[in-house]
Amino acid sequence: MAKGILRAKAKAKGDNTVVKIMAKHAMETGNRKDKSGNKIPAQFIQTLSVAHNGKTVMEANMGAAVSKNPYLAFTFVGGAKGDELQMTWTENTGASATETAKIK
Amino acid sequence: MKIIKSLLAGASLALVASITQAATSGNTLASVDPEADRLALQSFFQKRFPQVPVDDYVNGIYALDAGSREQWEEIEEFPPYEFDVEEGEVLFNTPFANGKSYADCFANEGVGIRQNFPRWDESQGKVVTLESAINQCREANGEKKLGWKKGKIAQISAYMAYTSRDNVFDVQIPNDGAKAAYLDGKQSFYTRRGQLNMSCANCHVAGSNVLIRADLPGPALGHVTHFPVFRSKWGNLGTLHRRYAGCQSNVRGVSQKAQGEKLSNLEFFQTYMSNGLVVNGPGARK
Repeated sequence: MAKGILRAKAKAKGDNTVVKIMAKHAMETGNRKDKSGNKIPAQFIQTLSVAHNGKTVMEANMGAAVSKNPYLAFTFVGGAKGDELQMTWTENTGASATETAKIK
Repeated sequence: MKIIKSLLAGASLALVASITQAATSGNTLASVDPEADRLALQSFFQKRFPQVPVDDYVNGIYALDAGSREQWEEIEEFPPYEFDVEEGEVLFNTPFANGKSYADCFANEGVGIRQNFPRWDESQGKVVTLESAINQCREANGEKKLGWKKGKIAQISAYMAYTSRDNVFDVQIPNDGAKAAYLDGKQSFYTRRGQLNMSCANCHVAGSNVLIRADLPGPALGHVTHFPVFRSKWGNLGTLHRRYAGCQSNVRGVSQKAQGEKLSNLEFFQTYMSNGLVVNGPGARK
């Protein structure tokens, strides 16, 4: 499997799970121009949702104002060591993928 | 004025010590003794911060200031330079147009060699830093030179440092030519520059862990082990010479040319001062 764009670290702490995600993404706003003056088309992550056992635990709506290589961290109740998280991202271009990470 | 006063107080407090201890040997080719200088700098910091073990100085200011360290450890849990190391690895392994690659230019195929740079090159009669060796390699293989301060060169350098982590710095001064370069670097380090009339030593020997506005300058010991560095201020990766340029303009001076003789010698001096410490680059700093 090709390496995805998301790097995630999830750690179970007591009843909670702390999740940290970084996405490798240029987050082009669509307002920048290249050297010859043409606009670079917008390409950014629009939504990112994280599910645990089929239940969505985090959903983020992002836009052009979010920085390159966005970093997100959140905590949710539940989750145990060895569980899997499904992380789904969608770009404004329509591209999307689901990547997984294990809770440690 | 309180901040400036605290810096000056710190500086004057340690000034006597810095002259007598942080550089015991002289400033001429005959009297300079690099090894004595290195040990003097170590003992200076050990006296100043007795609770900090020498090995911890590779972490810069985070070895001295607990509050900053906490933030930094949080950052290091998800290192911002991770992607750059990955990209550096790809760049490093991409062959040139003539079929050769970076691995052909370096000892041990370029893996685990960061600790030997910068080194004195007798045939060229000058100090060769890792970044200049990368560009020399490109030129020898008919490729264009990369920019010195950020981007690809920093990524390749980051990858090479990453493969050398935990190796002990071992910069050699084999002859008088190298000693002269060391001496030049040492003089740069202790020479005041710019409108603010400050030397590197003002902030990083006497003034380390003393507030300058909201920032704490790091200690000169272990100063260069973590380069190239991902600075939060830059938002990307940069080389040591990029940082030097920033430092020099901070004291309102004209910054010297990246990879020029002066800055290469300064790097040579500073890295020699960190001999015996481990490579921990690429690093993350404020």
